[in-house]
Amino acid sequence: MNQGIGHSPFDLPVVFQLGSIPITKPVVITWGLMAVLALGSRLLTTRLRVRAGRAQTALELLVTTIEGQLGEVIPDGGRSYLPLLGTMFLFLVVANVSGIVPGVQAPTAHLETPAALAVVVFLSVQVAGFRRHGFLGYVKEFARPSIFLLPLNLLSEITRTFSLMVRLFGNVMSGEFIIAIVLGLAGLIVPLPLMGLELLTGLIQAYIFTTLAAVFIAAAVGTASPAPENGKERTT
Amino acid sequence: MTIEQISIIGAVVAVSFGAIGPALAEGRAVAAAMEAIARQPESAPSLSRTLFVGLAMIETMAIYCLVVALLILFANPFVHLH
Repeated sequence: MNQGIGHSPFDLPVVFQLGSIPITKPVVITWGLMAVLALGSRLLTTRLRVRAGRAQTALELLVTTIEGQLGEVIPDGGRSYLPLLGTMFLFLVVANVSGIVPGVQAPTAHLETPAALAVVVFLSVQVAGFRRHGFLGYVKEFARPSIFLLPLNLLSEITRTFSLMVRLFGNVMSGEFIIAIVLGLAGLIVPLPLMGLELLTGLIQAYIFTTLAAVFIAAAVGTASPAPENGKERTT
Repeated sequence: MTIEQISIIGAVVAVSFGAIGPALAEGRAVAAAMEAIARQPESAPSLSRTLFVGLAMIETMAIYCLVVALLILFANPFVHLH
């Protein structure tokens, strides 16, 4: 939130150098968030019991909700993509909301973090497609419904990843930018409703990012060979 | 006009014209959702959830224009700020 009006959102403040690699502020914040998430998950899951306590019940509710949402999008086996997409969702929620902490800037408000996440989504879509259809089968998918659509299909693969990146970056960054501008114009209480809106936007964007990643994976996995219908026991 | 002045006008045009389409689209989406809720009030929760996500998707178009405007203002390849 400590972003001045004349301060470019594309600037990256370097915190320290690791050898010859400059470590920027978003990277440090990302490490902090990762540590918080990992430690929190570790603490919450060390003593799992059948008779769940309060924290465990909340955790189970969260995980089953995410799994249900993924299962709606990916018809067979939302479960197998739960580790990737669920982690991504949790990280995005924490990252988007972290901008509300004084002194912390949401790492997703810089172009690099959404870009890295979008590359992860892109690669996992390709890997999921290859694993389901095999190399030739997956390449053939791009030439459907006709061979003339091959360049368009390849292009859309790139552009939708790009728009995934710009959507997340733009929404989070614009929220912080607007708050900074309003804070510069008017004092203490005025930006509060905007900050509330920014919290909501962060949650919705995390949901959208995860849902779109699930949709892309479902599109790469689905269509050609219909999966066998034998319930949850499946080796994908 | 210098290149800086032209880029400021470009940024303004990008945001103002880029906001028109999403504004119309959001209006239509909200109107349709209102109508649907008026007809079936019991489906309001799922409708409003879908509406929020849809609005965020539509809003993305305006955000793209904002990103372009900020690129013009802060990361202009033809202007050397530093």
